[in-house]
Amino acid sequence: MFEDGLIFLNELFLERLNYVIYVVLLLIGLHAMIAKNNFIKKLIGMSIFQTAIILFYVSIGVKEGATIPIYLPEHDPHGEQAYATGGPEALTVEQVTSYANPLPHVLMLTAIVVGVATLGLALALCQKIYQGYGTVEEDELMAKLEKEDASSRKPKTHPAGKSSSKPEVSSRAKRSGTNSVGKTTAPQAKKSSGARKTKAPVKKATRKSDQKKGDSK
Amino acid sequence: MGLEIINTLILLLLVVAALVALRVKDLITASVVFGVYSFLMCLLWAEMGAVDVAFTEATVGAGISTVVLVATIFNLKRKSSD
Amino acid sequence: MKNTSLIPVVLVGFLLFYASTDFPEWGDPQSPASSSPVSSHFIAKTGVDTEVPNMVTAVLADYRGFDTMLETVVVFIAGMAVLAILRNFSRKKPVKRGHEVSVEPDLIVTNTVRLVVPVIQIFSFYVLAHGHVSPGGGFQGGVLMGASFILIALSWDLERALTRFPINRCMVVAALGILLYAGIGVLSMALGGEFLDYAELEKVLPVSREMARYHAMLGVEIGVGFTVTAIMFALYANLSSRGRLEGGL
Repeated sequence: MFEDGLIFLNELFLERLNYVIYVVLLLIGLHAMIAKNNFIKKLIGMSIFQTAIILFYVSIGVKEGATIPIYLPEHDPHGEQAYATGGPEALTVEQVTSYANPLPHVLMLTAIVVGVATLGLALALCQKIYQGYGTVEEDELMAKLEKEDASSRKPKTHPAGKSSSKPEVSSRAKRSGTNSVGKTTAPQAKKSSGARKTKAPVKKATRKSDQKKGDSK
Repeated sequence: MGLEIINTLILLLLVVAALVALRVKDLITASVVFGVYSFLMCLLWAEMGAVDVAFTEATVGAGISTVVLVATIFNLKRKSSD
Repeated sequence: MKNTSLIPVVLVGFLLFYASTDFPEWGDPQSPASSSPVSSHFIAKTGVDTEVPNMVTAVLADYRGFDTMLETVVVFIAGMAVLAILRNFSRKKPVKRGHEVSVEPDLIVTNTVRLVVPVIQIFSFYVLAHGHVSPGGGFQGGVLMGASFILIALSWDLERALTRFPINRCMVVAALGILLYAGIGVLSMALGGEFLDYAELEKVLPVSREMARYHAMLGVEIGVGFTVTAIMFALYANLSSRGRLEGGL
């Protein structure tokens, strides 16, 4: 039993280290995507997940002792051999095994480029979230969203409580309540940017006053 | 045998780079370490015979995605909570 | 939260480790992926069918032409989406950020970039055109070309790069790339073949059927290169300036 386990471990870690590392990287990426709080960290985790899968694909295409999937000079369709025989010939089975498998490479080549395009799209969404809420941390964002939700629910309940006998008015109030969700985001964003704007001049002013004090002294 | 040693070394460094990229609290450092990770990945693929994939990863993964990440982080907060 | 997140991770990890014992031996030529008739056909017949020495390019642009075309469309759509998300239509004055300082760009940096950018661009053309016989192709060449414009934007500022490659032209070039790709497909359809069946282009090109595929692949790669160049630069330009398309990083 113990020896079996040892052989298993030996096989796993010496002969199939690529497979083990692909699983480890995939788990690191998955854990980052679930547990990390910062959106940028989540995206880095997503990219690690992606490269882990690409590693797996490339690993299963490897052949022992095979060369890269570009024809050697003797098989080159425009090489001397091809001219001598009057055109390129199909490779035999033994010659086929001497080249690495090109199919996984092709599949993964496009996956990498599409991966960076989707990463850019996700980063654009992160920037938009930051413009609206001033944070890209998951817990802070959730707290802000809940606060917003609570503040938008208040005006909805007030008119509904007063005019409970008139269903039409309450439905209108509901509509206005839902509208105010969109409206409330803009002033908050403005406030935060305004706060940022005002901070810098205050600092400058204090510095200037400090300088003046220094001058007067 | 020499190739196997390089393979093992790169694979272990990959795990270290991935962990560091996700551990570091400074996001700029994280994205630069992620560039290192991509470059190690590119070396690994070149070693496994996938030259086209390695070339793409070197230009896209280690080049463009690092630049795009840094460009975004400059517009956000640089510190991360975890 | 942190502890509950470990549950799916451990579960997935256990399953994958368990499955990894069933994977084929490392580097086994008889593994299912390597011994499949499709990949052996690609290796054996690429030279006969298309006369392209680099099998990856041949499979990418010819045998799996549909896949690559739609991947290019995905890149294009991602670029359009970034533009749509970040585009700021209000003409407000930009808020100056804390770390921004208006100084002249560094002399050493700009002069180095002046020297390096033409080399990068020529190298990107080489990579694109030489993708048939060496590693490279439309994606890599396009990304290198986009990186040269990003380098200009990094060392001077975004306006300087945008005078060389305005964002409107960016989108036109990106659409042009896909049009070129699809146009070659439609042309081969009009000449009696199927969509993206490049061999039919022998009727308009003065070459054999195999060489028609060879040259059509170059046209397709140029289309991919156009789209990728434009989208990579548009991604950087929008993300670095929050969609305002002005100012440095």
